[in-house]
Amino acid sequence: MVDISKRIKKVDSDEKSIGKAKYISDYKMEGMLYAKTLRSPHQKARIISRTYPVLPKGFYIVDVKDIPGKNFIKIIYEDMPVFADEFVNHYLEPIALVVGPNKEIVLEILESIVIEYEVLKPNYEYNDSAINYHFTKGNIDNARKEANRVIEYEYNTPYQEQLYIEPQGMIGHCEEGQITLVGSIQCPYYVKNAVISVLNSHEDYVRVKQSTVGGAFGGKEEFPSLLACHLAVAVNKINKPIKLIYEREEDMETTTKRHPAKIKLKAFIKDNEILGMESNVGIDAGAYIGLSGVVLSRALIASTGAYTIDNLEINGDVFITNTVPNGAFRGFGAPQMLFAVEMFIHHIAKELNLDALELRQKYLAKQNDATSTGGEFRDPIIMPEMLEKVLKESNYKQKVKEYEGTYKGIGMSWFLHGCGFTGSGEATHIKALVKLEKDINDNVTILIAAVDMGQGVKTTMRKIVSNILDIPIKKVIYNNPDTNHVPDSGPTVASRTIMIVGGLVARCAKELKETWKNNEKQTVSKRYKQPSFIKWDEENFVGDAYPAYSWGINVIEVEIDKYTYEVTIKEGWSAYDVGKAIDEQIIIGQADGGQLQGIGYGYLEVMNAKNGKIQQKNVTDYIIPTSVDAPVLHTYLMDNPYPLGPYGAKGAGELTLVGGAPAVALAIENAIGKVVTKIPVTPEYIMELVNNE
Amino acid sequence: MNKITIYLNNKEHSFTDIPSKRLLDVLREDFDLIGIKEGCGEGECGACAVLINGRLVNSCLVPLANAHQKEILTIEGLSETKQGKALIDAYSAEGAVQCGFCTPGMLMASHALLKKTPHPTDQEIRIGLSGNLCRCTGYNMIIKAVKRASIEGDGLW
Repeated sequence: MVDISKRIKKVDSDEKSIGKAKYISDYKMEGMLYAKTLRSPHQKARIISRTYPVLPKGFYIVDVKDIPGKNFIKIIYEDMPVFADEFVNHYLEPIALVVGPNKEIVLEILESIVIEYEVLKPNYEYNDSAINYHFTKGNIDNARKEANRVIEYEYNTPYQEQLYIEPQGMIGHCEEGQITLVGSIQCPYYVKNAVISVLNSHEDYVRVKQSTVGGAFGGKEEFPSLLACHLAVAVNKINKPIKLIYEREEDMETTTKRHPAKIKLKAFIKDNEILGMESNVGIDAGAYIGLSGVVLSRALIASTGAYTIDNLEINGDVFITNTVPNGAFRGFGAPQMLFAVEMFIHHIAKELNLDALELRQKYLAKQNDATSTGGEFRDPIIMPEMLEKVLKESNYKQKVKEYEGTYKGIGMSWFLHGCGFTGSGEATHIKALVKLEKDINDNVTILIAAVDMGQGVKTTMRKIVSNILDIPIKKVIYNNPDTNHVPDSGPTVASRTIMIVGGLVARCAKELKETWKNNEKQTVSKRYKQPSFIKWDEENFVGDAYPAYSWGINVIEVEIDKYTYEVTIKEGWSAYDVGKAIDEQIIIGQADGGQLQGIGYGYLEVMNAKNGKIQQKNVTDYIIPTSVDAPVLHTYLMDNPYPLGPYGAKGAGELTLVGGAPAVALAIENAIGKVVTKIPVTPEYIMELVNNE
Repeated sequence: MNKITIYLNNKEHSFTDIPSKRLLDVLREDFDLIGIKEGCGEGECGACAVLINGRLVNSCLVPLANAHQKEILTIEGLSETKQGKALIDAYSAEGAVQCGFCTPGMLMASHALLKKTPHPTDQEIRIGLSGNLCRCTGYNMIIKAVKRASIEGDGLW
């Protein structure tokens, strides 16, 4: 039998290389109009009046009055308007859409609109809590009483911009009596449900299709629903095709980013034992909640990282501020928390004068240990083998001693990532449905809503089906999802696509193989059922928050310029347990890209808001790693097949990002011999640490 | 309106258009060359890279007038050549294409580099591609791909 992990040629590689793959900006339609968004110049204000100019023929202004349904972007909470009505709550909040056949005239109309505001006082502090979660594990009061020492640190993490190279974009039009949205999206059914809600329409009235996605990283999870709602309302009114493409500045200033967070960790210590821990987390949602509650859950559940601590008190808030709403970004709350935990375990070791590596090993989670929510790590944990490999290849132990304070440094992070939706999401909200259809020529079509945004799912899904059915990959078809044809297999998020959707696809393929009849049409479908042993109490955060966990170790080596404090990333070594790689090359590609995004978050990518305005507006002032900044990364994939995943596969996409920031921050800490408590660790921050003797 | 002549992918085109129009828009809209992408509009990301008289430039920063009487090579032209095919195969073999939005620009930069330095070191490749941003790959597979193209396509540049 062929090893499923052996690389195959990616099915879409050549089409993209020659420039024939169609991204949303490449679409043209007969009579297509252009749209531009009118936005608030204020962070918080009441709209007193609107004066619209007399419009030339063929030009339109679309706003809240044109909405037939609910003026909310349907996601979880009904708090974020499609178009501002009486109030604006953040700078550049959308108020209206100007639409017409000529881009310049659209801009002129936009300039001539007069909105009168009563300016209100904005709030940027972490004091307006919209959501609070609190839970405990074990007996934290006993741990507090027995402890003879308390160690406490506060960690801060900033915004991070997804910076997909293809900006947000969508086209809306009418096609065969349906409002149809084509766009750069991760979640066709999120878009469809949001549009049904804003139009108050029957579900058959809305169709959503995916164009080739030029990168997403979570940034095209919930945000595109806003563009879709704007366009759907406009198309509903105007009945013509309309294209809405954000330019980079508009994209960077107005779309969702990684939530800034403040994390306080407290350890209760007795005789060098960690008896218990307290974790207090605040995340900045921006003006509207969006997915922030779910982001907070993932952060809180990751409070002990890769370690088992018996007694815990965990508390967190989603704070509303008058800033751009934050949202999904690869890792989804975990990168913030894992940065804090990984620094904390080192800081505890430093305070207690213990070897940090030994302290890590002492508390490393083992199979059958209780998770932070009192669930169980059911599957084998192979971190010790992974560690052995990484230590050997990187020579970490020797270097970490040698380098201390020499402006050369090495840092290590350990991490896990819960695969799939947090809590009972898969079982109660998503209930993924997957279909395989065979035609009379024995071509098999995979019908799922999963989107290939570069992570290679078109290749891996087809590979799974062709391997199980033992047919050439050419006989397996997987088109970009179109909600008229594919069932709702859930959003392309949360490292769930291969494990959950791919698992169902594999089960369909197995059934098709067993019932295979040559040259006959056949259809097989499967719906997700939570394994019965997975129990989750959503109210109290008790039980199994995830069906499975992927694990990783990153080691990063840096060198710091003694005079400029500029950091050079020299080399990296990583081991990952993603169960089983469906395609080794694809997973290593995820590892390279994810890790560099995590490393960038740790030392390079500066984004901040001043008076509620994002200060970095393009790649000129928001610096992401280039080919010169990227280190050689050595990646070791360790097999640890997960019984319920296809061929043993678990989640992979997010895992590769979450350890980057702590590894680089600890490497810098090692190089300068100081305590780092925030990212990015910029030359300015290093100077501050070095000068503060 | 002035008469403009360009030699686009080895074909001569004479036409009248606004001289200050961005070359990027002319190529994408008038010639339907959709392989040229707009990522930032400020000449920073390299997604719109083309070769003008053999030099790598970001077409979002070039007014049409500056392309007058010049040879322009885009990904559509490059991919028809032996060098282009060698690069595309190498990118595929190394897994260097993820979302693909930066890929055509990356290939143009790779070609420009190999024209100048047919057997580049890793560091030369890194510098040669440093004007092209990629957010998916971490660049390592792209660097390996350029290396592979320089070996397998030995003699083409």
